[in-house]
Amino acid sequence: MARPTTDESNAPVQQPAGPAPTKIVISAADVSRVLDRIAHQILEKTSGARDVVLMGIATRGVPIARRLAERIHAFEGVQVPVGILDITLYRDDLRSSSVRAVGRTEEPAGGVDGRKVILVDDVLFSGRTIRAALDALSDLGRPAAVQLAVLVDRGHRQLPIRADYVGKNIPTALSEQVKVKLVEIDGTDEVVLTTGSKGGTR
Amino acid sequence: MKHLLSTADLDAATATEILDIATEMASVSGREIKKLPTLRGRTVVNLFYEDSTRTRISFEAAAKRLSADVINFSAKGSSVEKGESLKDTAWTLQAMGADAVVIRHPASGAPHRLANWVTGSVLNAGDGTHEHPTQALLDAYTMRSRMGRLDGLHVAIVGDVLHSRVARSNVLLLNTLGAKVTLVGPPTLVPTDLNASVQVAYDLDAVLPQADVVMMLRVQKERMTDSYFPSAREYSRRYGLDGARLRRMPAHGIVMHPGPMNRGMEITPEVADSPRSTIVEQVTNGVSVRMACLYLLLGGAR
Repeated sequence: MARPTTDESNAPVQQPAGPAPTKIVISAADVSRVLDRIAHQILEKTSGARDVVLMGIATRGVPIARRLAERIHAFEGVQVPVGILDITLYRDDLRSSSVRAVGRTEEPAGGVDGRKVILVDDVLFSGRTIRAALDALSDLGRPAAVQLAVLVDRGHRQLPIRADYVGKNIPTALSEQVKVKLVEIDGTDEVVLTTGSKGGTR
Repeated sequence: MKHLLSTADLDAATATEILDIATEMASVSGREIKKLPTLRGRTVVNLFYEDSTRTRISFEAAAKRLSADVINFSAKGSSVEKGESLKDTAWTLQAMGADAVVIRHPASGAPHRLANWVTGSVLNAGDGTHEHPTQALLDAYTMRSRMGRLDGLHVAIVGDVLHSRVARSNVLLLNTLGAKVTLVGPPTLVPTDLNASVQVAYDLDAVLPQADVVMMLRVQKERMTDSYFPSAREYSRRYGLDGARLRRMPAHGIVMHPGPMNRGMEITPEVADSPRSTIVEQVTNGVSVRMACLYLLLGGAR
């Protein structure tokens, strides 16, 4: 499952004994450049972000969605509403772990009906989070179209889902973990690839 | 959390978590599609040995909004009338694969017994004169959403405290969450052997000016086996909440009642229907709070 649980995401990454093979795959400066590019691509593909709303998937999709909205505003002066989607109650693996905390879901100003909704998440992995997000979104209303923007696509899809905007494709082994860190939550911007330890849980 | 039997089992963190999840559930209830797929394939049995309208319907609505299957079982017109014991009924439910049993029973402690007999979760929906935890949680939720906090809040619980499972559950939960509780009622209807840290008063008018929240309890005619007070009129004059008493409360104070009300007895229509009364809100909040409880009990691995 691609989503880190909330408790997991704040805890330091568990390292196996011996040297911890971690590698920074996107630096802070590159995170900024990548978001610049995605914001431009959104503007291009949606002819000026008209009728667009961004829905950040909790937890790390939310600050990414806010940053994209800021950039779209800076580039073309368009105010794009941002909402929050917590998909916990829509997950397909609720029974495989203890009860998960439920986060906030916030509809964007003006709702999602008839708008072009861009789902925003940090890592695209199995695709199950996005499946849950699509279900959650359809309970909020009926968007005219739904697109997906992710900072990292690490492959290993288990469902027929692909992203419309990808920050960086990072080929990974199932045993590796991709961890996105953001200033708003982790105090620093970077994407780290960790080898070993938990084996394909991310 | 496996069962919800008593508010004494809830620590402050768990109780607050339930209230927080209930806030999210409330936002679902405000949407056009009031449904979540969360408990798809789970079965919730409502096992009601006592008459109840709002609690049973509230649990049913909560379970259905989470997509659980609901089976309603009321003692009237069932095998219980043919003499089936609680234990045999429990085994029947077990055999039908109930993931949770919501039980309302006239005997205090029945849900605790049931919890030993079934593998699923047991939710106490009121047992005798003992406890009614989801009512206390929805009351706490209502206070928190109206007053913005629970810590330091002064709550007066007024009336037939002795027979009230609502009062007991509320006292325990409010203590845990940092509110200050005063029990008010005729000396015959206020228990003396309370363990919780509460104050006791017999004069309602003296308590009202300091109370942020006044919770009126129903005079339970069905449990009035002795003469606890001389007459309904005397009770009403000393402990009934009318417009004049309401005006003695602080301007921000609210009036609560778990329902069903005896209008004219413990509360006058003027107070019950005033904007300071949260009685209708309490019913609405009940569904959200029960959704939160069902999610916490059934939403994870068994």
